[in-house]
Amino acid sequence: MYSQGLNGPAEKNTDDSPEQLAAFQKRIDAEEKIEPRDWMPSGYRKTLIRQISQHAHSEVVGQLPEGNWVTRAPTLKRKLILLAKIQDEAGHGLYLYSAAETLGVSREQMIDDLLSGKAKYSSIFNYPTLTWADMGAIGWLVDGAAIMNQVPLCRCSYGPYSRAMIRVCKEESFHQRQGYEVMLKMANGSPEQRRMAQDALNRFWWPALMMFGPSDKDSIHSAQSMKWKIKRFSNDDLRQKFIDATVPQAHYLGLEIPDPELKFNEETGHWDHGEINWDEFYQVIAGNGPCNRERLAARRRAHEAGAWVREAVLASQQKHKQPREVA
Amino acid sequence: MSASAITTGLLPADYREYALRLGDNALILGQRLSEWCGHGPFLEEDIALTNLSLDLIGQAQLLLELAGSQGDDTEQKTADELAYLRDADAFRNVLLVEQPNGDFAHTMVRQYLMDVYDEILYSELIRSGWQPLADIARKVLKEIRYHKQHSGDWLWRLGQGTDESHQRMQQAVDDLWFYTPELFENDDLQQRLQAAGVAPDMASIQTRWQAGVLPALKQAGLRPPESGWVATGGRKGHHSEHLGYILAEMQFLQRAYPGCEW
Repeated sequence: MYSQGLNGPAEKNTDDSPEQLAAFQKRIDAEEKIEPRDWMPSGYRKTLIRQISQHAHSEVVGQLPEGNWVTRAPTLKRKLILLAKIQDEAGHGLYLYSAAETLGVSREQMIDDLLSGKAKYSSIFNYPTLTWADMGAIGWLVDGAAIMNQVPLCRCSYGPYSRAMIRVCKEESFHQRQGYEVMLKMANGSPEQRRMAQDALNRFWWPALMMFGPSDKDSIHSAQSMKWKIKRFSNDDLRQKFIDATVPQAHYLGLEIPDPELKFNEETGHWDHGEINWDEFYQVIAGNGPCNRERLAARRRAHEAGAWVREAVLASQQKHKQPREVA
Repeated sequence: MSASAITTGLLPADYREYALRLGDNALILGQRLSEWCGHGPFLEEDIALTNLSLDLIGQAQLLLELAGSQGDDTEQKTADELAYLRDADAFRNVLLVEQPNGDFAHTMVRQYLMDVYDEILYSELIRSGWQPLADIARKVLKEIRYHKQHSGDWLWRLGQGTDESHQRMQQAVDDLWFYTPELFENDDLQQRLQAAGVAPDMASIQTRWQAGVLPALKQAGLRPPESGWVATGGRKGHHSEHLGYILAEMQFLQRAYPGCEW
């Protein structure tokens, strides 16, 4: 229930002594899981709160671009699959908010931070979904990139996050396959469907690569996160892994990846790619993507329109013991 | 004429029509609920609304498949053809389910009124003499029981909650109440279906519905309006203006790109 989120934040560790830090690092190095009641450095806590809440926000905001097509899904089967997928994403959000709450931050605080623009969510959801093929591209590329990011998180040193990720990854892999299946239908369909499929790949390819974050040389959080085993691979390594896995899938669809510099490197065994437009990436992160304002406005609207419902729930809990069973 | 038509006096078109009435109710209500996707009052309720929609669209798929399987080869249709290629005047849902979501109060009152109706109706349809419908009814009934528990909880909680939630709920009851008599219309087809043991007696469904809904409203501090205009027409394909827009949105891809596989 929502009111769980009303619990106050726990005390923060502010006096990390060198002995405590060393003992903590020893546990990390021994691959022990850190649990909510365990001592942890305040920076570790802060990092996880930032990362897990950002992840939760992404799942919640991520409902919007797909929800945009749910009323227009082309068949009953596709509508059912899309509804189930969006429901999964909202469930991931719930699961992740709960994981973050174990670190002493309330859901209300996290949501306030999202709505005020203080907290971030994945940049990918600030791009519009313009055709039905985008539902395929999101499953295939966006969930595909998310899986690359999240599979290593199943071994994250923080227990609740790691366990959440194990569950989330199972569902994401199903999402990825259904997205690819939509693309397969479109790529093998009518000329118009094929055009939509290629157009969706053109629009989502680069934003999907940006999901892995800044390049390693510019990532301010990476080194410490790797040492704490929150992160296991660098942004660029994961991005390369994603490209290597995805290029043959695009070829199988008969679609062209919108990167003229994309070339298989016999020496390294990897696909070399062109430079990402980092200006665009930082613009979208800063709130200047095509849909940033709309996405946040939609979340704010839902939150404000639902305020009376949440107030009524609390009032009703306080006023009465609920009689059972109505009609 | 088939053997079953001789014993029941019903034609394939009658069976099709009845399955369409049930299937279209589920489809249009599911479609309306799916508009909430990502916009619920809090995350748990977002999930719940999506889940209700998912169940209803699943029910619609089964019921429209059943409707489409009636008649000879020239008359048979897939569930998708029925959902995506009929115009508004061929839809057989009641007007209540096509009414706009409005605020959360309107959505939940609409849901509760339908859930009580569906629970009573499908608890009878599990004994329908039309076996394929009885089989579907068993699955539907399990889901509807959860739906009614959910919407019934909200009726009580919001009716009693705050002054604002009470006012919003009362407004929703006032706005939607006169769409409910249509649920119990006992037209010629309904009577023939009842005589053949396919469908239950609508007067008794109405009595049971009132016996469920009226005390629940009272318990929630709400009351039905006393008199007003009464909606009708859905079963004849005479809908409110809303249905055309619902279909324009829902059917867009099938209409714009006919004959494609998706």
